[in-house]
Parts: sequence; structure tokens; C-alpha cells
Amino acid sequence: MKHKTFFWFMLPSGLAMLLFIAMPIVSVLIQSVYAPHEQVIIEVENCGPFGCETSTAVDQDATRDLREAEPLGRFVGNNIYTDRNHLATSEIGLAWQSSTGIGDFFSKLLNLPFYGALLFTLTYTAVVTPMALIFGFVIALAVNTLPKLLKGPMIFFSLLPMIVTPLIGALILFWMIDARGVLGSFIQWIASDPNLSLKASTPLTWAMLMVYGIWSSAPFAFVVYYAGLQTVPDDTLESAMIDGATPFERIRYVVLPHLLPLTTFMALIKIMDNFRVFEPIVSFNAAAHAQSLSYFIYNDLGGETQLLSSSAATSVITIICVSILLSPVLYRTWRDFGKS
Amino acid sequence: MYHFKKALLASAIVLGGATASFAACGVDSGRVGIVGNEFPAIQTVAENAAKCDGLDVKANLTADHQKINLAGMQGNPAEYTTAIIANSSIVALINEDVLRPLDDLIAKHGQDIPKNQLITIDGKVMAVAFMANAQHLVYRKDILDELDIAVPTSYEEVLAAAEKIRASGKLQNPVGGAYKTGWNLAQEFVNMYIGTGGSFYKPGTAEVAINNAQGVEALNMMKSLSEYMNPDFLTHDSNLTSDEWEAGNVALMNMWGSRTGRLMDDEGAEPVVYENTTVGGPLTVGDSGKRATTLWWDGWTVAKNISNEDAEATFVAMKNGISPSILNDETMGQAVWMIDGYQPAPVNQGVFDTIAAGASPYPMLPYHGLLHTALGDNISDFLQGKESAEQALSDIEAAYTAAAKEKGFLN
Repeated sequence: MKHKTFFWFMLPSGLAMLLFIAMPIVSVLIQSVYAPHEQVIIEVENCGPFGCETSTAVDQDATRDLREAEPLGRFVGNNIYTDRNHLATSEIGLAWQSSTGIGDFFSKLLNLPFYGALLFTLTYTAVVTPMALIFGFVIALAVNTLPKLLKGPMIFFSLLPMIVTPLIGALILFWMIDARGVLGSFIQWIASDPNLSLKASTPLTWAMLMVYGIWSSAPFAFVVYYAGLQTVPDDTLESAMIDGATPFERIRYVVLPHLLPLTTFMALIKIMDNFRVFEPIVSFNAAAHAQSLSYFIYNDLGGETQLLSSSAATSVITIICVSILLSPVLYRTWRDFGKS
Repeated sequence: MYHFKKALLASAIVLGGATASFAACGVDSGRVGIVGNEFPAIQTVAENAAKCDGLDVKANLTADHQKINLAGMQGNPAEYTTAIIANSSIVALINEDVLRPLDDLIAKHGQDIPKNQLITIDGKVMAVAFMANAQHLVYRKDILDELDIAVPTSYEEVLAAAEKIRASGKLQNPVGGAYKTGWNLAQEFVNMYIGTGGSFYKPGTAEVAINNAQGVEALNMMKSLSEYMNPDFLTHDSNLTSDEWEAGNVALMNMWGSRTGRLMDDEGAEPVVYENTTVGGPLTVGDSGKRATTLWWDGWTVAKNISNEDAEATFVAMKNGISPSILNDETMGQAVWMIDGYQPAPVNQGVFDTIAAGASPYPMLPYHGLLHTALGDNISDFLQGKESAEQALSDIEAAYTAAAKEKGFLN
């Protein structure tokens, strides 16, 4: 392709990426190192239907002057990144000094919101990503062996979890696993414990969120693998059969290597998606047991008082964490690409 | 053809009649954009605000109003010319200076608004209140009568009653409460902590001071209550708690006055539940003598970043929305209206008792929203038995302090 053609071909998507990906990231970065001005608080008398009381309020005139002088706010450098609600560096130092042992240190560490959320997010990513890929692959293999007549309906049914809006899908499950719901009662019956509640136990809530994650993202892996299976060369499969390979060996030594690039691609996308786990925490009302970095951003922006700088810092940390998680896969892709 | 003409004429008359019910509000042009929470009383206000002649009125009522009202009023001109808010949520709007003082508009159009409806901050009127709200006891009369339990006036009595009900085998989890992690749970702590006589801050500063005996007392009472609740209590907001009530699973709870109407109507519950649903007064905790609840008002404001014409239009439209003419058989029981001609119904008695008992209003401090968020995020670990009350309180203080430093309230 000529350079000129390539340039005009890439221009629209390049512009869109600059506008909608690069610029927001720059803006979030700037936001995260600036904080609102020091508040000028004055004593005021508030009156209302329940009488008058002395209270405090923000002095708007003084604040306006401050804002006009420095529209971005006050520069705080990495203060927000290191404060207790984010990386909590000084709190970790204190915990290290005051801990009686490594177990005590970890319990203090996980009591800090960021690290508690990180533990859940990483566990979720580490469990859901491979499980969803494995389930998707098994479903794709199963559907691929079906007679033609059944394939269409089966593909449709297997895709349903992806078609249902995530929030709605999670809400439906939320009601089903209620202590009086169909799944909740079933689990109580299995465990023969009438007081068992999935929503009240942290390990069971985690398990439930992960099952939901696998359920909702397996169809994506299924579609991609199913498409990939159609490209597996019949000749190779046949020669493997002639060589006496069992069905399992054919999958292990022919199909899987053939689908490896697809697996890398899906692992990339799913790691990114799973690290940003958010909807199930909201729709399962699970914030008491499991939190994620995305949930913190939502919480900062949806609270009584919006914390813009805090949510910006969490966003930047999320981007950094995703890049760290992706780096092995990216490195591998780069190396393979360089080889060929 | 003749019939067609007659039909046309008839509909013209009907239409004419409909426009005649539109009121002349004193201003005949301008844009009004309303944003507010979604419950029956606010829907009534918004509907009637839209009845002014010649004004272009749009309303966006949603439970997520607090997530959009600030952004919707910061533009110039503001998308929303008025936000319907409560005494907690007005603070975020005042902090960001998006509200217009109403004194000049009151002088021009609002001389007849009763003085006690005006919310003044530092001598300037910032909002007009139209209803009062509070949380108070709601109980099942039949169950209490049957077990010979007196109506509780304190949380200690609630615990004793709950134990009796559980022991009788009538209900396994007789206590209800909106303890969902987040805003609801924080609100219950605010109630309980005020009830113990504690104060949230060191006097005259934004420095939080809840890690004390009262804080521990409040948390311990919440934990004792939660032991009589459905095990899923950390996922139950006011809506789900009401559902539990209507399902007949709960006999005692602290609930919003604005929601008792729904519990006592004949929809969604068996007759034995709704006929025996009775409102009590505010509860106490310990021996401080204070009520473990807060008083609330709902009111409307006018945005700062709009033209004078639109501000005037908004003011008269919202004033029409809370005029005595909006009260009828249907709307009367929707809230404890502060409007002339309002006649209290039994369903509203709890809120009146709470006001009469001298409960404190919810704190209207510029930094209290940050503490509310920190409370909502950090109490559930204690209620689940994962950490001590002191640890939970120190976590709350630390989370609040970090947020308050970021916002510039603390150095």
C-alpha cells in the first residue's frame, strides 16, 4: 500500500483514537494531580422548617477568587495516588512496622480499600479468564460435532448469556440465588442448612460473582473458537487419524496449536474486561463483600460529594494495572510476530 | 359528515376545557427544567409545575438524580433550571455554587410562601421546602398484641421484642432495616450515633471524631439489631426492606415516613399485613434522651446559570407545583406536606411524632457528604464480624480524612 493511501485510510480511525482515547487519558492524568482548592469555611446561620442552627458553609466569594486565579485547582503531585484511599504508602509502612507477623501484616494490608479490591479483582481475573476460555472451547467442540439441523438452535442458545444485557442478566441471577429464590433454596437443600445465604457470606459471594462472570463471557469465547474450528485443515486431522491419534490427541496436538493465536487474542480482551469487573458488583449488591477498582470510580463519582481527583487517580491506576497484566501476552505476540 | 363535525366540535371544547385548567402563574414565557428524585409526592409537584400557562416545562425524575443534578446545573445556561433536593443533597449544590439566592424572586412573586418553608443559609433563601420526612418505628400490631408486647420506644425494647417474637416461632427474623452497604447503611449509623448523643466533628472544625464510646455503642446496637434481620440485610435498601415487610416476614423496623403509605395500602401484601401495619414514634438508644433519627425536608431550588427570565419562570412554575390547589384525596397522603390545607392522615403520624419529639435535622455541613460515603463503605466489615468496632471507626475516620484532604476541607 502506498504511504499516501495508507495515511488517508488510517486517518479517520487515528483521529477517533486521538479524540476518544488519547485525549481523555491525558485529561484524566491532569485531573489526578490536581485537587480542588483549600475550602474557605465560614460560620453561617441556617434556618428551615425545623428551626435555626449555627452551621458552616463554603465561602463562595473567596472560592470564586481562588478558582479564577488557578482554574485547574491546586497542584498536589502524587498526593492522591499515595493517600489512604489509593496506594496508601504511608499506611503500609506503618502496618509493616507495627505488625506482629506476616499474617497480621496481610490482614492490615487487605483492610486498606485499594488492596482489598485488588485481591478480589486479581482473583476474579485469574479465575474467570481461563475458565471462560475453557468453557467456550468445550462448547464450541460440542456444537461442532452436532448434526447440521441442531447447530443453529444450539448456537443461538449458547449465545444467550451474551445477548442479555449484563445488568439484567446479573439481576435475574441475583433474584434466583436469594434465600427464597430457586437456586438459593436448592443450595440450602443440598447443604441441608435452611439458614444458608449466598449473599451473606463473602466466599459464596465471590464464587457467585465468578460463576456469573464465566456464564456471561463464555459465549464470546465460544463464538470465536467456533469460527476458528471451521478453519482447522481437514488434511492434517485426517493424517493424524491415519497415524492412530485418539480424538483427545487430535485436539491436543492439532486443534489447540492451530487456535493458539485466537486464544492469545481472547486472553488479551478478557483480561482487560475482567480486570474492570463492575456490573455484577452493582447488580448483586455485593459491595459489602467484593469491590473492584471500577467500583471505586463509580463510588467516587456517585457519592454525596463527587471526588473527581480520586476517581481520576483510580482510573490511571487501573490503566497501569491492565498494562502490567497484559504485558506477558503482548510480549509474546510481539515475539511471535517478529519471528514470522 | 355531520357526526364528524360534531365530534370535532366536541373535542375542541374538551381541549379548550383542558387549557382552561392551566393556571396563569404571573409569568408567561420561559424555560423550566426540573430534576429530582422519583416518588409520588415529587411526581405530584412536577406535574403541577407543568400546568403554568405558556411555560416550557420538562421534568426528569429519577432515583439517580444526585448523580446528574450537579453536572446538569454547572453548564451555562444550565440544563436544569431547578433541582428538587433534600437537606443532605442541597449541600453538594451549594458547595459548587450552582444555586441562585431566591430573595428577589420571593419579593416579586412569593410573598405568600409561609416563612417556615424558606430555607435560608447565611441570611439568603436558597430553597423552598414543601414536605417533611423522617424515619420512625413501623410495627405489626397483631403480632405485638398477640405476644403481649408493648410498642417499643427504644432500640433496647426492639431487641427484647424481637427476641420474644423469635422465641414464639412466629417469625425467624422479625427486625427489618435498610442496611444496604453504602448510603442506606451510613444513614442508619448517622441516626444511631445522633441517638447516642455523639457529635461527628471536633467543635468548629472539619476534623471527624467518631472513634469514641458513642461510636462503639451505635455500632454495637446496629450489630445486635442485624442479628434479628434477614441474613441478606447488607443487600437490602429501603425498597427491598419494604418488600420484606409486605411479604409478612418482618414485625418491627425503622422506616421512612414517605414510604409508609405504600406499606399500608392494599396493594402487594396480604390483608393481615397491611391492616396491622402501624406507625410508631422515633426510637431512642441508650440513655442520652436523644432520638436516634434525623429530620428531613424536601424542597426546590433555582439554578444560578440561567437567564433572569428563565429563573422567574422556574420560580413561578415550582411555586404553582406546591400551591394549596395540588392537594386532593389522592395527593393528601403522599407526604407530610408543608402546604396550607394539608390534613394529616394516620400514615403520617410517625413523622409528626418525630418532629414533636425534637429530633435533630440531618447535618447540613459542607463536608458531611464525604463522611456519609466513608461510613457507607466501612461499616459492613464490622457487621459481618470481620473487624472490631474500634477498627471500623478508625477506618471510617481515615477514609474520611483522605477524602476531606483531597477536597480541601482539611490540610
